[in-house]
Amino acid sequence: MSVEQPERDSLTGYLTTGHEWNGLKELNSPVPRAVYFFLILSFLFSVGYWVLMPAWPLGVSYTKGLLGIDQRNVVTASLQEAALERSVWTKKIETEDFAAIQSDPRLMAIVRETGGALFGDNCAVCHGVNAKGGPGFPNLTTGSWLWGGKPEDVFNTIRLGINWTNPDTRVSQMPAFGRDQMLPRADILKVVSYVYSLSHPGAKELDPAKVDAGKALFAANCVTCHGENAKGNPELGAPDLTDGFWIYGGSLENIDTSVWGGRQGHMPSWENRLSNLDRKILTLYLLDKRKAGP
Amino acid sequence: MIAQLTLIERQRAIAICIAVAVGGALIMLGGRDDVMGIHGALIFVAGMLMIFRIGMSYYAPEPSEDRLTRYYDDPSRAGIVLAMIWVVFALAVGDWVAWQLVEPNLTFGPAWSSFGRLRPVHTTGVIFGFGGNALIATSFYVVQRTSRARLPDQVTPWFVLLGYNLFCLLAVTGYLMGITQSKEYAEPEWYVDLWLVVVWVIYFVLYLRTLARRKEPHIYVSNWYYMAFILVVAILHIVNNLAVPISLTSAKSYSAFAGVQDAMTEWWYGHNAVAFFLTAGFLGMMYYYLPIRAGRPIYSYRMSIISFWGITFFYMWAGSHHLHYTALPQWVQTLGMTFSLMLLIPSWGSAGNLLLTLNGAWDKVRDDATLRFMMVAAVFYGLTTFEGSFMAIRSVNSLSHYTDWTVGHVHAGALGWVAMITFGAIYASVPWLWKREQMYSPRLVEVHFWLALSGTVIYVFSMWNSGIVQGLMWRTYNEGGTLAFSFIDTLVAMHPYYIARAVGGLFFLIGGCVGAYNVWMTILQPGAAASQAGDVPQPPPASGVLQPAE
Repeated sequence: MSVEQPERDSLTGYLTTGHEWNGLKELNSPVPRAVYFFLILSFLFSVGYWVLMPAWPLGVSYTKGLLGIDQRNVVTASLQEAALERSVWTKKIETEDFAAIQSDPRLMAIVRETGGALFGDNCAVCHGVNAKGGPGFPNLTTGSWLWGGKPEDVFNTIRLGINWTNPDTRVSQMPAFGRDQMLPRADILKVVSYVYSLSHPGAKELDPAKVDAGKALFAANCVTCHGENAKGNPELGAPDLTDGFWIYGGSLENIDTSVWGGRQGHMPSWENRLSNLDRKILTLYLLDKRKAGP
Repeated sequence: MIAQLTLIERQRAIAICIAVAVGGALIMLGGRDDVMGIHGALIFVAGMLMIFRIGMSYYAPEPSEDRLTRYYDDPSRAGIVLAMIWVVFALAVGDWVAWQLVEPNLTFGPAWSSFGRLRPVHTTGVIFGFGGNALIATSFYVVQRTSRARLPDQVTPWFVLLGYNLFCLLAVTGYLMGITQSKEYAEPEWYVDLWLVVVWVIYFVLYLRTLARRKEPHIYVSNWYYMAFILVVAILHIVNNLAVPISLTSAKSYSAFAGVQDAMTEWWYGHNAVAFFLTAGFLGMMYYYLPIRAGRPIYSYRMSIISFWGITFFYMWAGSHHLHYTALPQWVQTLGMTFSLMLLIPSWGSAGNLLLTLNGAWDKVRDDATLRFMMVAAVFYGLTTFEGSFMAIRSVNSLSHYTDWTVGHVHAGALGWVAMITFGAIYASVPWLWKREQMYSPRLVEVHFWLALSGTVIYVFSMWNSGIVQGLMWRTYNEGGTLAFSFIDTLVAMHPYYIARAVGGLFFLIGGCVGAYNVWMTILQPGAAASQAGDVPQPPPASGVLQPAE
């Protein structure tokens, strides 16, 4: 090991420290003044911030800071302030009836902009971002409502849910005619033909004899819920089978699957998840979307 | 490699492997009704394989005494090969999960392929698998050179390296089976954590033993950083993983901390994992390889001192900036923010010190992609530490927190700084370690450099855009005072940036594969160059004891 001997670096003109490791050396150049300057500056900023804001622990308490700022109070105050600003229209939507709100263009403008985010965050996961649904999840833009399309009906469906866990939820079930052996296979095929013919009048792929036989079977098994004219019953959540709107699909195979295995869809109750105001906005938002057309 | 061990060392190694195999068998039997049993089997098999491997060479001739006149580099060689295997694997998983974020259906069904299980495979794979192996390999290399002393024995470094890789393997396989503590960067469960404690404490002691044998009066800066890395990671790991298993035969445990204390402990750990694993360790690497490769002295010894103590002191306090605007008391947040700000100057001190070291060697930076890797690493280190201090400011954090900006920030550090310096160090040390004239293909190093740099830039810019768009959308209000965008609206807005990010990641991955190929071909390359002049330990002095000069 050599004796430590500082050398002058020809490039920078600084001396080395004299340390050497495997050819590695270090210059003994001074720390640039800017480093001290900014180090002290950042320290002074911190001291200032500590003086003004809650900062250092003192056993069971802490230094509160001269500004007296506390993040909990700040957020509470700003929430109150925001609620106050919104109250110019929230009060109206909460108290006025649906028809009055629907006829007020300024309120409806708020419903449209607010409802979009509410729907996107709470409903879109099943009904789709554009509310057009998907297999098993109803399209909400068609005007064909399972549980009624009046504002109060839609509002209550959102509030109570369908086949949900709360006691007053809407309840409905389509029996499994095939799986539970309520009808023989041949009869199911006839009913399916008939049901298909309701929304596809004159469909060439159907056997008219089967359709006729299916009509009789329909009258005996299905009219209690779906009605004699198959127009459905919003009281029971029974769908209209004559229109072109299908939750589980309207092909022969889809209808067969529904009749054979039954259906019992679920929708959560939003009673405890959303405020009354939010549910009312969602109701109005959906009715407005329907009015705007699919 | 076994032939390098003396007979007594072979016996010791077999004894350790038997202990590991027996431990594995106990875990396998005890945990047979739990996923833990699979881990037991894995440990048992690992122990048995090592016993057979050593047994096969047990009667090989013993190494000659002149081995003591050379450095012991076998573990470093193995560590670099392992690091390259881990980086290709973990970058591939990372890019795969990036594509999953573009197209969520890419999970194809089984639980193990879900984003939630694969993401920690990526983070553990790159941080611990790639970064950890590179740190262990280079730390063994550097501590010997800068101390002019050979590692004190030949079994302990192998125990550290292979034991550590067993930890990584258990961690990663555990995530795929659903074993996790759900703590960021500390996901492995209690028995895997205990194993790492054993490995890590032995690593620490090994490092101290080597330093104690040093023939140089001064301890070089790199060793300060490597020591800080090893010591603090031990403290962090032990405290954050304090937990009570529900039984000794179950993988599941409950943390000793709850609520906001748990969050604070986790982010004290998490941020200091960034500080001491991903920063201090790699600064140690950079302080050795950059000046050696550039052939220049360190710009300022005094700056090294200020930066080292600034970084180690200030970083410890900064973790609470991960919990701004949470249930954490505000005074803790204040301290986290202000210490993060004060941390900037020492961090820039390090980056500046190393960039100024390149004065007089910029022509080499232009011509030598290996040195350019290190230069870019220093630049990204400076950029990322600035961004980190900036994001620690409460009002900035209120925009950036929970967004992709954080993801972009962490990758600016991980890709631009940590991976770049590691690749630079690997390209520098592979020819030295395997006694080759140079890398198999310097052109491929160049290709790797540009792939890595462009991949990093694409990644970071896309995440800045994505994160700031996301953060701004979250706080956009309608005139009526309600939120303008739903969560899903933000996802739609971020989608193009997710594609860009996955492409950037793919560039980086391809670069990693090119690097692994180049390293492998260098190893296979025939013909050994003469070892570097003077690359041998100091022979024991004839008489007297060395004294520090001051």
